[in-house]
Amino acid sequence: MWEYTDKVKEHFLNPRNAGKIEDADGVGEVGSLACGDALTLYIKVDDGVITDAKFQTFGCASAIASSSALTEMLIGKPVEEAEKLTNKDIAEYLGGLPREKMHCSVMGQEALEQAIKNMRGEAPPQAEHSHEGELICECFGIFDEEILRAIKENDLKTVEDVTNFTKAGGGCGKCIDDLERLLKEAKGEGVCETPNEGETFPAQGMTNIQRMHLIESVIEDEIRPILQADGGDIVLQDIDKTEVIVKFLGMCSNCPSSQLTLNNLVEGKLKEKVDPSITVREG
Amino acid sequence: MKTIYMDNNATTQVDPAVFEEMKPYFTELYGNPSSMHRFGGQVGAKLKEARESVAALLGCDVDEIIFTSCGSESDNTAIRSALNAQPKKRHIITTRVEHPAILSLCKFLEKKEGYAVTYLGTDEHGRLDLEEYRQAFREDTAIVSVMWANNETGNIYPVEEMAKIAKEHGVFFHTDAVQAVGKIPVDLKSSAIDMLSLSGHKLHAPKGVGALYVRKRLPFRPFLIGGHQERSRRAGTENTTGIIALGKACRLALDNMEAENTIVKNLRDKLEKGLLETIPDSILNGDKENRLPNTSNISFGYVEGEAILLMMDQVGICASSGSACTSGSLEPSHVLRAMGVPFTFAHGSIRFSLSRFNTEEEIDFVLETMPKLIENLRKLSPFSAEKELPTQN
Repeated sequence: MWEYTDKVKEHFLNPRNAGKIEDADGVGEVGSLACGDALTLYIKVDDGVITDAKFQTFGCASAIASSSALTEMLIGKPVEEAEKLTNKDIAEYLGGLPREKMHCSVMGQEALEQAIKNMRGEAPPQAEHSHEGELICECFGIFDEEILRAIKENDLKTVEDVTNFTKAGGGCGKCIDDLERLLKEAKGEGVCETPNEGETFPAQGMTNIQRMHLIESVIEDEIRPILQADGGDIVLQDIDKTEVIVKFLGMCSNCPSSQLTLNNLVEGKLKEKVDPSITVREG
Repeated sequence: MKTIYMDNNATTQVDPAVFEEMKPYFTELYGNPSSMHRFGGQVGAKLKEARESVAALLGCDVDEIIFTSCGSESDNTAIRSALNAQPKKRHIITTRVEHPAILSLCKFLEKKEGYAVTYLGTDEHGRLDLEEYRQAFREDTAIVSVMWANNETGNIYPVEEMAKIAKEHGVFFHTDAVQAVGKIPVDLKSSAIDMLSLSGHKLHAPKGVGALYVRKRLPFRPFLIGGHQERSRRAGTENTTGIIALGKACRLALDNMEAENTIVKNLRDKLEKGLLETIPDSILNGDKENRLPNTSNISFGYVEGEAILLMMDQVGICASSGSACTSGSLEPSHVLRAMGVPFTFAHGSIRFSLSRFNTEEEIDFVLETMPKLIENLRKLSPFSAEKELPTQN
């Protein structure tokens, strides 16, 4: 059983400001059913001051308590001040959260940012990741910039902490090495990568048939086992020159991050193992 | 507040008769069964009786029973023994839905010791494909380990048939029967199963005692090396009170086997039917036809398991969840994932597991309480059947 503070328990059992604001000035949606927690935050702003805030949360007790606490902290606060709130403030307001549950407070902070951006007309309600960053955790769709920020703001030292705060690395664990790298980077020990210019690729000089066989075997041997480990699957439907058409099955077919999987895992692997000009789409 | 305990696949209440049986061996009868004096010898005689009771429940011989400290020790002993007895064989067959006692061990053997492991998948009801199983055998397969019944869904696996297939290939067959023993009939005499693990605290004996059945003449290598206890197959002074308790619990289980499959099953069915009928967007996880009589795993859509459990805890109902948040991991249970339960439901699974100590009044209370409780949590959720994935990408 988790050791929740009395304040967390109290906010979970009697959540404040649960519900929707129909004519909200700003809405922020983060998380998803697939990830196991999600928060929609509504704010009403008058003259630069947050006059009302409501939430809808799918998640565990600490996710609900964090959302409830966040709305209490927001109401009556000028937007400028609200903007400065961090996940730490939410956790502190609740008298602390178990380390493994810190990502619940991070979710609150992200929803708040999104709602303020949305209020200013800068973003849709739903958090969209700027795809300039690098996708680190494919299981939960977490980008490097979120991870770096969590490391800096919370002074994180270990991979385990990064997982506790951002969820990155909490699924298949494939990105653990990347998390180590980001931890080093944040400490200012960034590693220089040398660009692979003028390098040849595996399918260079192959006939079409050979290429198709290679694509097939990469999907079979390297991509399917990863997806199957998570209850998903993939089938190769067609190959049209450099375009590969696939279909997701099982858990992947209803996973909201399947687009990320497609771009990063499937396309990435095929680019690396076959030909960098390959593109992949769902049939 | 009264505790309504419906988490018997996690652990069970020690039967009062079991406690009475073991009590004197804590206090006045504390002798070492290996001693030469009668004071210790009388404890040895009592252990013999306990061994007979365990053997009677399993339908095997007394010298096929090795007492251990828990189910995990039995599992580890079985797998290690099979591997050590056949050093040239480097392959293991198991399933994706095993208990961590098997699954983590197999992952460890794979990663650290270079063994190859085949993990059999399941369909959406958690059933295995026997054709896939037949295809999985290799020249160097050392052991098959398949659980008799699943702890989360209660699914019963066709281990007797699978053991026969393993035998045709000359491969050892082990079953983790921790959830099955005491709940459904087991008869090892008529089966091809080579090794079977059981755990005391799942059948109304205390924690800290388990047993491993090893078929006669099966090559065996001990896990704990030391004294001559358990005919040198498991060193360490016997947990006399635990073993005596396990013996009594096995005798009671034999007596209660019919009740388990009629009275307990009826209570479970009433609970399950009531919850599925009164709570919209709820689904049953597992194989409805082939299940333990005491277990029901139900997912409530659009709400999260930990939140449900803590709300249930407020009114005294104890159960478990396969949700990510309850386990401390970030993903729902490996069993539900192997079955491909959609995310809408995977995070909101609740396992009710009953025992002969549950009453009809308790079932009625749960049926009265749960619909409102789920409704309240759903009011907080941004998701519903109409709005499953709000503006998802």
